[in-house]
Amino acid sequence: MLAGIARELIGLFVDDGMLAVAIIAVIAVAAIVASSAPGVTAGVVLLAGSLAVLFANVMGVQR
Amino acid sequence: MTWAASAPAVSAAFLGSLVEAIEALTIVLAVATVRGWRPAGLGAAAGLASLALIVAALGPLLDRVPLQGLQLVIGVLLLLFGMRWLRKAILRAAGVVPLHDEAAAFAASTAELREHRSRLDWLAGLASFKAVLLEGLEVVFIVIAVGAGRGLLLPASAGALGACGLVAIAGFFLHRPLARVPENALKFAVGVMLSAFGVFWTGEGLGVAWPGADLAIVGFAGLFLLVAALAGVALRRPLEVAP
Repeated sequence: MLAGIARELIGLFVDDGMLAVAIIAVIAVAAIVASSAPGVTAGVVLLAGSLAVLFANVMGVQR
Repeated sequence: MTWAASAPAVSAAFLGSLVEAIEALTIVLAVATVRGWRPAGLGAAAGLASLALIVAALGPLLDRVPLQGLQLVIGVLLLLFGMRWLRKAILRAAGVVPLHDEAAAFAASTAELREHRSRLDWLAGLASFKAVLLEGLEVVFIVIAVGAGRGLLLPASAGALGACGLVAIAGFFLHRPLARVPENALKFAVGVMLSAFGVFWTGEGLGVAWPGADLAIVGFAGLFLLVAALAGVALRRPLEVAP
């Protein structure tokens, strides 16, 4: 039962593996940008990346 | 603390918790219908007690985590959690994935429990326990996610408790699943809000000084809503012309 609960807990955050990997990649890129260019550039990367990842992932379901 | 500052946290916690509480209620009602209120009630009470223990044990640790680290961790988890909800809500709204139907979930749960009629009542109680614990953990996560970064845990908790109380009272009087609640619309709205909070907290954790401070969350929510709506429309169009 514990394994089942653990699986479901992970499932709260990771449903579609590709979406999760893409989100983490966007955050990693934003973190790199934040360390080299202070200001809102990292924020723009994070926001635009998240929106693009969502759109691309949803549209990918069609294919 | 002003209402304007706490309103987004309260409403996000309320709406998110409403969805989770409805899902938990469906399973508890299914157990009660097939095996009676005793195992259903005991399982739910044990789930709530476990949840209270987890919150009491881990809650004080939140104060010890550096704020920026906490914002980053919560932001990343919120992005994963919120965008997962939003993705599913878009796919459901576009008709790619069937809508979540509480009446169907109730029928499936009761059918499964009837199949195991010969087994002990504690198995039914376990189903009730697991539902309350897992959905409750999601509620706790939502409360922490929308409240912890800005000292809004109390208003967020109030929003979540209000939603859970409302669902519990409705379930007590109706004795049937709350199938008429527009669950996908709620999930869509909460997915948008949690994703917006996720971008905001992750950015704060990375040291981004957002223009407009907290107000930026409203702009992010608007952008997520726009992109989600566009994706939903774009997804639906080819399906409509398909034979």
